Amino acid sequence: MTIVDPAAGTCPAPVPETERVLLGHGSGGRLSAELIADVLVPALGAAACGGPLEDAAVVRADGTELALSTDAYVVDPLFFPGGDIGALAVHGTVNDLAMRAAMPVALTLAYVVEEGLPMADLRRVTASAGAAAVAAGVPVVTGDTKVVGRGAADRLFVITAGLGRRLPGTAPSAAGARPGDAILLSGPIGCHGVTVLSTRAGLGFEADITSDTRPLHRLVAAMMAAGGDAVHALRDPTRGGLAASLNEIAVASGAGAEIEERALPVPEPVRAACEMLGLDPAYVANEGCLVAFVAPGRADAVLAAMRGRAEGRDAVRIGTVLPEGPVVVRTAVGSRRVLDMPLGEQLPRIC
Amino acid sequence: MKYLDEYRDPDLARALLAELRRVTTRPWTLMEVCGGQTHTIVRQGIDELLPGGIRMIHGPGCPVCVTPLEVLDQAMTIAQRPEVILTSFGDMLRVPGSHTDLLALRARGADVRVVYSPMDAVALARSHPDRQVVFLAVGFETTAPANAMAVRHAATLGLTNFSVLVSHVLVPPAMTAVLRAPTCRVQGFLAAGHVCAVMGWTEYEPIAAEHRVPIVVTGFEPLDLLEGILMAVRQLETGSYRVENQYARAVRREGNTAAQDAVRSVFRITDRSWRGIGAIPASGLTLTDAYAAFDAGRRFDVGSIVVREHPDCIAGGILTGDRVPTDCHAYGTACTPRTPLGAPMVSAEGTCAAYYSAGRRRAPAPGDPS
Repeated sequence: MTIVDPAAGTCPAPVPETERVLLGHGSGGRLSAELIADVLVPALGAAACGGPLEDAAVVRADGTELALSTDAYVVDPLFFPGGDIGALAVHGTVNDLAMRAAMPVALTLAYVVEEGLPMADLRRVTASAGAAAVAAGVPVVTGDTKVVGRGAADRLFVITAGLGRRLPGTAPSAAGARPGDAILLSGPIGCHGVTVLSTRAGLGFEADITSDTRPLHRLVAAMMAAGGDAVHALRDPTRGGLAASLNEIAVASGAGAEIEERALPVPEPVRAACEMLGLDPAYVANEGCLVAFVAPGRADAVLAAMRGRAEGRDAVRIGTVLPEGPVVVRTAVGSRRVLDMPLGEQLPRIC
Repeated sequence: MKYLDEYRDPDLARALLAELRRVTTRPWTLMEVCGGQTHTIVRQGIDELLPGGIRMIHGPGCPVCVTPLEVLDQAMTIAQRPEVILTSFGDMLRVPGSHTDLLALRARGADVRVVYSPMDAVALARSHPDRQVVFLAVGFETTAPANAMAVRHAATLGLTNFSVLVSHVLVPPAMTAVLRAPTCRVQGFLAAGHVCAVMGWTEYEPIAAEHRVPIVVTGFEPLDLLEGILMAVRQLETGSYRVENQYARAVRREGNTAAQDAVRSVFRITDRSWRGIGAIPASGLTLTDAYAAFDAGRRFDVGSIVVREHPDCIAGGILTGDRVPTDCHAYGTACTPRTPLGAPMVSAEGTCAAYYSAGRRRAPAPGDPS
């Protein structure tokens, strides 16, 4: 497999690699969006992804609005400060339902286990998933286990599906944001991504930061009680971080947005780690916060409701939806810049 | 990091900008040498807040951008050997070589890994005695001490399966090269604070004197940059040209002498080719003869690779401050972070990538395809 041919003497333009899946295709950024648009949607049909890309699909059955979500969890390491892959899988699926204002009814859980995984690890992950499900008030009703040979998977992958019942009188959708909407953020950003990265690389920040993984459905229920159909869009900024979520909502809604950099709650250890690694906290993954687009007249009531719950104690208004244009940030020194969709995975810089 | 907010205070920023407007009587052109400073300037929109007439041009200080194409192709050739684990910092993995990049090679099966320190690469070599671990050691004076320590550590351990592909570059010769270019418009420099934290600023004093340019050692926060610009403009307005230190909280005149000793013990100065710029005499570091056994270029015999840059890329003009990204016909169309034609579009600190991620778009020129 020789790519560089010294005998060729000179070389043509670099050829972008498009015919193989790269890690960046799973990053939640622009490469992920391209994969969905170019490969998945054409093959699966409009029924699968005909409208805006949502965290969960809403289906109607016998007059009831149900939400359906599926997700796969791959995280290195399996255990990290504040959580593990088992709790993460339960929380992530509960949250995907919650972003459509659906309260979880039942979950499924499937494992792909690499041969050789310590049984103690599997017990620990399963106990954690079970405890997370009990705490969220949702049963795990069925599942599956597959074991693959050593090297065919990375220790343990967890796949979930979630079924939820939508709260009556609510209809948040990625395409629902409207100009003038207040943009509310439920809590600090960057904790999960920096915790996992730091634990993986042994950077030492893990002593100061824990993952924010937690279920958000009760927070959403409180927001809906205060805001009802004035809550136009919800999204939990996981992969791709806040920047990806804001861009996804803006594009799906045909709108723009402006946020205040100084309003963003970034915990000091997260900021320090991001400074050291050259990462932007707005692009770092979260697992326990949400961003909400709320009609301006109800924004204060929704914000107060968020602050009344532990998951939303530090909720803040970070910006406003604009009629058009990109997502822009009002910087700390008063200028404006575009907060673009991330391309692929963020890579730590040299110095 | 506890005091970071103080260096982003909007009231202080406004005060510095007002003072800058007060002292500025003529247009001035300054160059920030470091890619990290470019990133802050563009990300915070500092250049758009400056009084009219003060122009910032972006210097050659992005280590990813200036790593020569032949070194990247050497790294990729080495990475394709089955016995090799190739390691480097994250932002080197997306830099385009002649045909591909290290991330794409990893997708094809090469064992390419991100490390956060060269010592991690040494640890990897210890834990994989049956593999050859190669560290792609690039960067300015800032990364050289840690890379020197890694080589020394590997030597102490007697490791025969660790080596480094070295492409270190030095800032002062690049500043001199910029100043000697016939098209040079630079009237003052913001020197890179972290480079000076290691090396001090004595090397800059003869440059300031010979070329009659103020040089201000400057940090990386928005207020650092605004203050650095103000200090440089004050010198220009009063006709002085000396080295000043804005970054006093981190930099001493003599620098970090222990780090300098570590570098001198492992590396010697050599001529070096800079991507987009070309050869600059005595502008790089290479392993001394005593540590030549750790030279990956020799171990894997990749010295004969010949390369050529993409003809549309104007990286050289950008890295020397002659051009800005929006001057380039390929900017934002053929050349994006998704499909970079040259290194300045790759690294977060590259000027083109900084422009692109800040949403700066090229105004269509007459005759451009729509």
